[in-house]
Amino acid sequence: MHKVAVVGDRESVLGFRALGLEVHTPTTPDQARKAVDSLAKEGAAVIYITEALAQLIPDTIARYDDKIMPAIIPIPDRQGSRGLGKAAIYKRVEKAVGHNIFNE
Amino acid sequence: MARLNVSPTRMVLQELTRRLATAKRGHKLLKDKQDELMRNFIVAIRKNMSLRDQVEEALSESFKDFMLASAVMNPERLEQAVSFSKFRVEAEVEESNMMSVHVPQITFHQVPLPGFEPKTAQDGVEGLAAESALQPTGQSYGYAQTTVDLDEAISSLQDTMDLLLELAELEKVCQLLAADIESTRRRVNALEYRTIPDLEETITYIRMKLDENERATITRLMKVKDMISEEGAL
Repeated sequence: MHKVAVVGDRESVLGFRALGLEVHTPTTPDQARKAVDSLAKEGAAVIYITEALAQLIPDTIARYDDKIMPAIIPIPDRQGSRGLGKAAIYKRVEKAVGHNIFNE
Repeated sequence: MARLNVSPTRMVLQELTRRLATAKRGHKLLKDKQDELMRNFIVAIRKNMSLRDQVEEALSESFKDFMLASAVMNPERLEQAVSFSKFRVEAEVEESNMMSVHVPQITFHQVPLPGFEPKTAQDGVEGLAAESALQPTGQSYGYAQTTVDLDEAISSLQDTMDLLLELAELEKVCQLLAADIESTRRRVNALEYRTIPDLEETITYIRMKLDENERATITRLMKVKDMISEEGAL
């Protein structure tokens, strides 16, 4: 059995704790990096991370891109979406197809 | 295209012909793989897009509710309220093979924490059963010390949860597929535009060279024969 975790700022993601997800609330990029790495080491299957934090540690997230676990999924925070998740999808389309067929 | 640096002999020719056959076969197989991967990818990525739109919208809403709750409530109390979950969400990951790309299949379970195991039929007192029917989401805090915003935030979060979990698997699959499609495309192109033309050119070159050698031998023999018959005539 693997964990499902959420990493983000306290005000946004604390609610997930009530649903039985493991919640980490780092405040600095360093702490965020450590949180993601240690979750990955503990065998978390899915890590949801707020876009605000994901923006600060792109290299750490990229390290898990080609691994089956964990799936690191950017989610919006209380300030709404910054379009990072969408951008990642467009990037994947471009990588696979050669150019963005969902032109936007 | 560049000719390979080999000596023009029959043995090399044989070897190269064999390599060309392998390269062509590999190219066909990889091309088929690429097409199938692409088909799967397009289906998955379309679903991914719409799912992400839904999730982002729903999450932003519940985060707003949650922010209201956290503004009104005392932080310690809020932390306390959300900390007593009856469940833990756990994931089971199985690897499945999609055109030789290993993709995860994630299934999620709600595991009741000790002390919150579902009650069995025998001790299901009527009152208890009615109560649990009122709280299907497994809300675990009392209503007295929390605001209605928190309840709303948590219940909308709960509704989004299924989508969010589905999104996780889908995004990972798309990510892995995209990476593999890219590398497959590179291999297909390398074979199509580099390896195969190079081999073909080298093979033609060796054939020409061998033919030329043969003609040279014939002319030389004829010349020698001429010289011998001239000598005999004298």
